[in-house]
Amino acid sequence: MIITYAEAISAAIKEEMKRDKYLTLIGEDVGRYGGVFKATKGLFEEFGPERIRDTPISETAIIGTAIGSAMLGYRVIAEIMYIDFLMVAMDQLINQAAKLHYMTGGRVNVPIVIRTQEGAGIRNAAQHSQCLEAWFAHIPGLKVIIPSNPYDAKGLLKTAVRDNNPVLFIEHKKLYSTKCEVPAEEYTIDIGKADIKLTGQHLTLICYSYMVLIALEAAKILKKKYNFEVEVVDLMTISPLDKETIIKSVKKTNKAAILHEAPLQGGFAGEIAAIIQDSAFDYLDYPILRLCGPDTPVPYAPELEDFYVYTPEKVAERIIDYFRL
Amino acid sequence: MKYRNILSIEEKLVLYRTMKKIRLFERTVHQLILQNLAFGSIHFYTGEEAIAAGVCFCLEKKDYIMSNHRCHGHIIAKGGDIGRMLAELMAREDGYCRGKGGTMHMVVPEIGMMGANGIVGSGLPIAVGLGYACKNFKKDRIVVAFFGDGAANTGAFHESLNLASAWGLPILFVCENNQYAISTDISKTINIKNLSQRAKAYGIPGLSIDGNNVIDIINHTMQLVAHIRAKSIPALLVCETYRQMGHSINDPRTYRSKSEEDFWYSRDPIAKFENILIKESILTEALISETSEELTNEIDRAVAFASNSKKIDVSELYNDIYAD
Repeated sequence: MIITYAEAISAAIKEEMKRDKYLTLIGEDVGRYGGVFKATKGLFEEFGPERIRDTPISETAIIGTAIGSAMLGYRVIAEIMYIDFLMVAMDQLINQAAKLHYMTGGRVNVPIVIRTQEGAGIRNAAQHSQCLEAWFAHIPGLKVIIPSNPYDAKGLLKTAVRDNNPVLFIEHKKLYSTKCEVPAEEYTIDIGKADIKLTGQHLTLICYSYMVLIALEAAKILKKKYNFEVEVVDLMTISPLDKETIIKSVKKTNKAAILHEAPLQGGFAGEIAAIIQDSAFDYLDYPILRLCGPDTPVPYAPELEDFYVYTPEKVAERIIDYFRL
Repeated sequence: MKYRNILSIEEKLVLYRTMKKIRLFERTVHQLILQNLAFGSIHFYTGEEAIAAGVCFCLEKKDYIMSNHRCHGHIIAKGGDIGRMLAELMAREDGYCRGKGGTMHMVVPEIGMMGANGIVGSGLPIAVGLGYACKNFKKDRIVVAFFGDGAANTGAFHESLNLASAWGLPILFVCENNQYAISTDISKTINIKNLSQRAKAYGIPGLSIDGNNVIDIINHTMQLVAHIRAKSIPALLVCETYRQMGHSINDPRTYRSKSEEDFWYSRDPIAKFENILIKESILTEALISETSEELTNEIDRAVAFASNSKKIDVSELYNDIYAD
């Protein structure tokens, strides 16, 4: 059946809440309203107000509630409406959730999923459009998942719920309405495994989230105009990172590019580039290309925001230029 | 509100012993630090013993507590093993966190002690989560969250009280107002007379009491706990007290006047309780020194246990990052 990314999210949560009668979902407007991006639509009607709870605007308390409940074995999915709002609750996520298992010598588990979304493109401007996955990749103890399509989102969210660790599950506002084929039966996808969305001989293009769609379109352009084959590696999980798949691909194509919407400086592309040069330096015919967002906040004006976010044409252009096609 | 003193002689002696045990334990830890056997910033509970002993006396083993950086008293009062506490402070394998957490991150789930915390105020939202789980799935239990006057000004405090109130969660918020947040005097950081006034803002019962009078604490806490169990609502109990030592070991306490310190030392909770029990002929000088000797022996055995416990291997650095 063909479903949207948003529908995939609610389907995954529905299946997991049926499977685990102690699992609850909390967040702002997740209940009757169904979530501001409709990702939790229908859950309130199915599971009722005690298992699907609307919270006050209290991100610190939202995440704290998830932690405390999960520590006792009662898992919680907590939604933080925009990743930009996660800043408000960084202490609970980073100092508490990510560290409790380690600091207690393994005595305490925090099996929570913090669902949030990131990204620019709908004129929400600087405080509602950031991509911050790099920050969370830097925190030991926290898993970071960032699926690019409904199929991956559903399988990964189910695995995230069952994982005994705190998982940050990052959706993208431009992905919610995208569709793809999803099996009727239940399935899960392993955390920490990248997926090759398109095989190719000439360039390894590493990406995640919304940029995977952009990368696939750019690959079509390059194949058509230059017979240049891009191998699109969708990371799916940022942390723990699937280095093996990345290196295997780079050793095959001898060229690497990394594409992410988040700004260049301090972005996750730097980490991936360092890993590649560390493990596959001798295989590289070119320095690694980083295709990243500008080092600016996201602007409001449509022309500026459209310039900010990569299009397939821009990605293809940069690759043509850099690798002298 | 009228309350009766309903404690038996046995119970009073247990309370006395618990408070004394905390006092001597902290003194021992101080020595261990000076001998470089325990490490880091340890925050002594000295002078606040009545609160931990009194509040935990009113709880059942299955009730949960959340603590803060000044956690040793809470753990002991809830029933923690001092040998394993010392092993943790000395970074040994038999420590409650196997030496991975230290003083501010101890946890003892088997007695409902769900964690201390190194970030001021941050235990409160987690306590809300414990209360949330109790309300949904463990209706016979309640939560007590211990925190200080400093924490009462954090966003986490306000969000926690509000959410606990809005959702009707069975949590007793116990504020140990020892008048200072490190060196900053409480009167400089609030514009209200009593921290318990904040309860009203969240529509919950609130009370300020003498935090150095263990009987008072028990009488008030029992009432509140019964109310919380019956109605599943939160409450705020502010206990006025004083930390006799500095914030942590290196604090010279120059920001407190000698007269202020003398005033509070004269209201030492253990000395006060001793006098009451002597007047009631429950304690004698002989029993007092006998108790001290017993506790000292118990602590000595705990130190021996901890000292004999293995130091953890360097390879442990990479363990427990993720749960399986």
